[in-house]
Amino acid sequence: MKSVAVEVLRYRPETEAEPSFDVFDVPYEDNWMILDAINHIKDQVDGTLSYRWACRMGVCGSCGMMVNGKPVLTCATYVEDVLPGPVRVEPLRGFPVVRDLVTDIQDFMVKLQRVKPWIIREEEKPLAEGEYLQTPEELEDYKQYSMCINCMLCYAACPIYELDPEFIGPAAIALAQRYNLDSRDQGREERMDVLSQHDGMWGCTFVGDCSVVCPKKVDPAGAIQRYKLDATVDWFQSVLMPWRKR
Amino acid sequence: MRTVNHDVLLIGGGGAGLRAAIAVAEANPELSVAVASKVYPMRSHTVSAEGGAAAVIRPEDSLDAHAYDTISGGDWLCDQDAVELFVREATEEMLRLEHWGCPWSRKPDGTVATRPFGGMKTERTWFAADKTGFHMLHALFQTTLKYPPISRYDEWFVTKLLVEDGRCEGAVAVELATGEVHAILARSVIMCAGGGGKIYPFTTNANIKTGDGMALAYRAGAPLKDMEFVQYHPTGLPFTGILITEAARAEGGWLVNKEGYRYLQDYNLGTPEPRPVLRSMELGPRDRLSQAFVGELKKGRTAETRHGHVVHLDVRHLGQRTIDEKIPFVRELCMKYEKIDPVKEMIPVRPVVHYMMGGIHTDLDGATPIAGLFAAGEVACVSINGANRLGSNSLTELLVFGARAGAAAARHAADAPAPSQSVLAQGLEEEARLQERFLDNRGGRERMANLRKELQDTMETSAGLYRDEPTLKAGTEKVQELKERFHDVALEDPSLTFNTELQTALELENLLDVAESVLHSALARRESRGAHQRTDFPERDDREQPAHSLAYATTGAPRIDYLPVTITRWPPAERVYGEPLSPTSDPVGGSAPPEDGGNQE
Repeated sequence: MKSVAVEVLRYRPETEAEPSFDVFDVPYEDNWMILDAINHIKDQVDGTLSYRWACRMGVCGSCGMMVNGKPVLTCATYVEDVLPGPVRVEPLRGFPVVRDLVTDIQDFMVKLQRVKPWIIREEEKPLAEGEYLQTPEELEDYKQYSMCINCMLCYAACPIYELDPEFIGPAAIALAQRYNLDSRDQGREERMDVLSQHDGMWGCTFVGDCSVVCPKKVDPAGAIQRYKLDATVDWFQSVLMPWRKR
Repeated sequence: MRTVNHDVLLIGGGGAGLRAAIAVAEANPELSVAVASKVYPMRSHTVSAEGGAAAVIRPEDSLDAHAYDTISGGDWLCDQDAVELFVREATEEMLRLEHWGCPWSRKPDGTVATRPFGGMKTERTWFAADKTGFHMLHALFQTTLKYPPISRYDEWFVTKLLVEDGRCEGAVAVELATGEVHAILARSVIMCAGGGGKIYPFTTNANIKTGDGMALAYRAGAPLKDMEFVQYHPTGLPFTGILITEAARAEGGWLVNKEGYRYLQDYNLGTPEPRPVLRSMELGPRDRLSQAFVGELKKGRTAETRHGHVVHLDVRHLGQRTIDEKIPFVRELCMKYEKIDPVKEMIPVRPVVHYMMGGIHTDLDGATPIAGLFAAGEVACVSINGANRLGSNSLTELLVFGARAGAAAARHAADAPAPSQSVLAQGLEEEARLQERFLDNRGGRERMANLRKELQDTMETSAGLYRDEPTLKAGTEKVQELKERFHDVALEDPSLTFNTELQTALELENLLDVAESVLHSALARRESRGAHQRTDFPERDDREQPAHSLAYATTGAPRIDYLPVTITRWPPAERVYGEPLSPTSDPVGGSAPPEDGGNQE
């Protein structure tokens, strides 16, 4: 059986002041993902290794880690694709580390709630009147942004978030746009107010690292650029046509 | 131990738990609601559901037709009052989710699209491409964020229900980030912690599906109902067990053996047609399709791979456009995890453990026999799924019964007395148990991963697609042995900070209890029905009224009782698939007629 050296960042705050690497020699098969290698370590070598995982099919968003410096879903990254090793596994960049490979994502949870990611309407239609009509084309307008699995890879890749923790961040903006662009929603103004409270967004260039690492092709960078355009139009309208509600 | 107080406590933050939380908040905004889950809600296993959710919406469909499909699909073990209520409330619940933003796939005119599904006589499955569960879960989760009375306790692992004088008054939980033990006191508790597919080695279920809620309720004295009925989905990818949705067959995919032959025609499931035919062939029910695989295996007509025997799911004739539009996730999963493109290649598949029809015994409001304890979703058994769940009924079930349990728990909380402070003594006992039993336990010799593997292999051998008395008996003995060996488990991690070794141990303890209930219930049921096939009792027992099994925890083997199935309008009959239902033989409009024929709404 083939084997590969895996360097795992360990951090046990109760006993260690600084994180350090443990190295494991892990046997693997050609169909193993990085997560399988980490599970092998936990099951057979060191039961104290801590990390999150659940679905092992790339949809729950739990198992994002830095692998050789890049943010990836470890359940969707083959060992074979990061050879010859050593393979370096670290917690996602940009978040406080709770322990080992477990990060604290509470900051995102708060920001997600702030962008009001739910349908906002002035008047709710009674259920007896059936569904809101939405054509396949209207669905297509926001569908891409609805595919976000909250895996946090985009935050780990984002150069702005790293420098400015106040920045609301790629996924939360994409999810705000997911609702802004939904034909059933009327909450765009409320969300634009939230998004414009902080200027971190204007620091975001077309670099688009967030979209490159996104495992679900959500394209948060596109959402941000689209937001900037919309906000600029809103601003011009408010200056040039102050009588007109935006 | 710290104590927090709420009116209603939800254990589990998947689809059922979130729907229930909203129901409580809407029923009575005065009530404070806690959602405690061992994972962030959006990680819950609802996220993995693919194909769709059933509810009558098309004018040519009827509630009775949905009820009949469900009851015959469940091999007449469903409670028919529950099914009638379920189909009646399903559409409104699905519409509510539409109003909450779920991105349902649409028809060109903007109305909600539907697709056929296995065992359903007409198209009634709503879908969001083939990520229906993902979209439902995120729509529900994001919607809960607008309700101030809902507090979340993310990554809190519940280890015990607090029950005193027959009343459930809260739970004990470990906050994973800090290791702190908390008592969460509440007037009503709703268990929504999902199923326990991880008692088997090969499953579509996420790693987190360890039957925690079932085990907690079982140990607290609630009976587990119909646990012997475990659904094998016919199409899982070998090695990973990743689900290839039934929607692949609903859109026209074929199942073929190694000779390229559509073998389902040999199993009383109809004759092959180029286009999908409802309730026929590939659109038969899951139990029958998985059992047909075993038939092919015995005949030597399955293909052998390094990960065991497979048949093939062929969707190539659908073309890239349909595949990308209707089942894009199937293509994504195949390309990522099998390195094949289903546009050009056949998909290797084999039956895989997918869903537990059984669960905590509840009434139509999700109430369990323990006052103040409710349950909904896969963890519960109402029962609408009987001996075999139809695909696309479980997502709808978690909405309908999540909402009902939430409303009932809110009513109960408004009248129930505040939790007695004396239950806190139980909490302190549990805190001490966790410390002594796990955190301070050193020198054990049994590796957890090995115990878990032995358990899973035992379940596959003893309680797989086909069972008999000798292997079931051997299975019960083996699980008893594993429970004893669990006391000698090797633990190395005394840390309080995100101790996943402790979590793994607690999960293994739960798996052992759930497995025990499955084996003993299966041993006691001396007939074959739906997903429970006994080679030593190959026929369904129609001499008596069908009955649910109820497994009660004791200090030894579980006690198994029975409860008659509620029959309203559809007396037990033969399950017929693959035959055109003529007007005279149509069980909905003909031989077993409902009183009012059509759509009741």
